[in-house]
Amino acid sequence: MAILEIKNLHAKIEDNEILKGLTLTVNPGEMHAIMGPNGSGKSTLAAVLAGREEFEVTEGEVLYNGRDLLDMAPDERAREGVFLAFQYPVELPGVSMMNFLKEAVNATREHRGEAPLGAMDFIKMARERAALVNLDPSLKQRSVNEGFSGGEKKRNEIFQMAMLEPRLGILDETDSGLDIDALRVVADGVNHMRSDDRAFVVITHYQRLLNYIVPDVVHVLVDGKIVKSGGKELALVLEEKGYDWIKEHADEPVTV
Amino acid sequence: MSYVDETAFLQEVADSDYKYGFVTNFEAETAPKGLSEDTVRFISAKKEEPEWMLEWRLKAYRHWLTLQDKYPRWAHIEYPDIDFQDISYYSAPSKKPKYDSLDEVDPELLDTFERLGISLVEQKMLAGVAVDAVVDSVSVATTFKEELAKEGIIFCSFGEAVQNHPELVQKYMGSVVPYTDNFYASLNSAVFSDGSFCYIPKGVRCPMELSTYFRINAAGTGQFERTLIIADEGSYVSYLEGCTAPRRDENQLHAAVVEIIAHKAAEVKYSTIQNWYPGDREGKGGVFNFVTKRGICDGDHAKISWTQLETGSSITWKYPSVILKGDYSVGEFYSVAFTKGRQQADTGTKMIHLGKNTTSTIISKGISAGHSNNSYRGLVKINKSAANARNFSQCDSLLLGDKCGAHTFPYLEIKHPTAHVEHEATTSKVGEDQIFYCNQRGIGEEQAIKLIVNGFCKEILAVLPMEFAVEARKLLDIELEGSVG
Ligand SMILES: Nc1ncnc2c1ncn2[C@@H]1O[C@H](COP(=O)(O)OP(=O)(O)OP(=O)(O)O)[C@@H](O)[C@H]1O
Ligand SMILES: [Mg+2]
Repeated sequence: MAILEIKNLHAKIEDNEILKGLTLTVNPGEMHAIMGPNGSGKSTLAAVLAGREEFEVTEGEVLYNGRDLLDMAPDERAREGVFLAFQYPVELPGVSMMNFLKEAVNATREHRGEAPLGAMDFIKMARERAALVNLDPSLKQRSVNEGFSGGEKKRNEIFQMAMLEPRLGILDETDSGLDIDALRVVADGVNHMRSDDRAFVVITHYQRLLNYIVPDVVHVLVDGKIVKSGGKELALVLEEKGYDWIKEHADEPVTV
Repeated sequence: MSYVDETAFLQEVADSDYKYGFVTNFEAETAPKGLSEDTVRFISAKKEEPEWMLEWRLKAYRHWLTLQDKYPRWAHIEYPDIDFQDISYYSAPSKKPKYDSLDEVDPELLDTFERLGISLVEQKMLAGVAVDAVVDSVSVATTFKEELAKEGIIFCSFGEAVQNHPELVQKYMGSVVPYTDNFYASLNSAVFSDGSFCYIPKGVRCPMELSTYFRINAAGTGQFERTLIIADEGSYVSYLEGCTAPRRDENQLHAAVVEIIAHKAAEVKYSTIQNWYPGDREGKGGVFNFVTKRGICDGDHAKISWTQLETGSSITWKYPSVILKGDYSVGEFYSVAFTKGRQQADTGTKMIHLGKNTTSTIISKGISAGHSNNSYRGLVKINKSAANARNFSQCDSLLLGDKCGAHTFPYLEIKHPTAHVEHEATTSKVGEDQIFYCNQRGIGEEQAIKLIVNGFCKEILAVLPMEFAVEARKLLDIELEGSVG
């Protein structure tokens, strides 16, 4: 069964329709990349999947492991294994990273019928997973995202993903704001998490990321719809020829 | 969660019922309602007080009579006229023995403490905290007294101090809060029922946290506590006061007076958790809490800090203050005030700098939910004599929902050119995006709000004594609890 099945999804905010009939299937073990111009609806898609209710779904359906995803509350989706690495992570002043993560990890464990993680085990796990993305250990002692640099925030998102071990990871422009070394480290972290029963949707503007995180499928999202899908070489074509060319040649097969 | 749902949720949180609403039944001996010289004499006689104490009460009463046109109106709160003739001014448990051990204490009373999670037995065994429990205005249980006595520390009820240490009481009572100070301080001075007394001798570091739990219990009985803490030269004491009150049908007046004297190089840390019954959803039946708390740093290098968590009362009017008289003395005020439902809080502090090189710090965190109103009112006064005085004030407000209010009223009076005063203020709302971020990590709405509120109060919770911080966090969580659909 597919992990994620999006069929003819339409979503609007206020009176603006942003997603206009989006269809996408993601199978276990797959890595999907979504590229597309600014304002085309990439973050909107991520937000709808995570359950932000400002966006109203007007048509279509989304199945997650065969269940109606849109019927679940945002926190339930998270506990069921949907993880969103935010394009703009939010600061929670005074809320310690460790407390926050402990709440998060144990909420998910409880949902799965597992006993809460003890303090020692939790600290050990946090240390290991932080090392995975080379997160400065002192950041774990601070408040969630408060005063973090842009790059630190992005790294922190991947650290949290590693802690929560989701089934579906959605990464919204995790690469923007990262320096070259950080990009490699974060990509390694994501690759480390790839497995047969887990899938990822990676939103990016840059082909460069896809050198490190090699996608199975690349989709081009323009004006609320996926206009073209292809292998990893589609990203190279895009880089070379731009979105206008894609729009015009949407129906042709991809050749490099 | 849509914005509307979220507001509804926050509303529900704000409306959650008072968890500690129950009443203990034990025989009380209550003064008839009304206030006159006879009432004052009745109270004094009940307590078998010496003549000088009665005289002081009567002077206060006569002064209070002259203040009837000065009924306080200036705080940012609304409240009905209180009929002072409709209040009973004294109530005591009828069995009034001097207990040797907890076994002899009225089991129903112990049960009450147990249900509040502050059982004396437990406290005695675990925390090493001496508890002087003030229930219905009379001290009924005191522990650890002997251990304290070895250090020369006096920790007893105010009534006992009047009997056994008259020279100290006469010397210090009214020296920081004179009976002429304000309407409610005068009233308290005339009719105060009991309270706590604490004296730390020169150079002694009190080996344990001293704590007192206050309860209002008899129906319609005004509660007038009086606390006097004296820290002699070079001594140190940390004093805790926490209270919760049972559900009531009619408004109850609480007008306490706390006086602290810190002599040269002495330090007093006073921490409070205040959780009086706030009234029902409409604000009916809550406690009116009009308190005068003031300390004086009477010698050089003395230090007084007030730390408080205010969650209760239908109306709170409270400004713990420090008079910085000694050179290099330090005053601190750390406060979290949480209001919900129809609660109104007008709290803050006054830092009066008289000595040279004096320093004060004010950190106030106000959290408002429901239809409540939460105001910070603070005065920083730097006198002509106070060269190189410094103050730092930070007042942050957090709004939960859109029907509540937060207000900040900072007053500055600076009479010395070398003064260095900083004031910062922020108001924020718990953001939908913050809650969503927590949700996306699997954390439910209620838990998310608890995390965010706890984060907001972090600096204050951090300065509370350890056991108290745990209790404070628990109380905040309970206050925030509501059923999430
Ligand atoms: N709260 C909102 N109110 C009105 N319009 C919105 C809102 N949020 C998003 N939009 C609009 O929806 C469209 C798609 O936005 P979205 O953030 O999904 O784009 P994106 O593909 O992620 O762009 P980028 O590459 O710049 O991140 C934009 O035109 C944006 O202005
Ligand atoms: Mg975007």
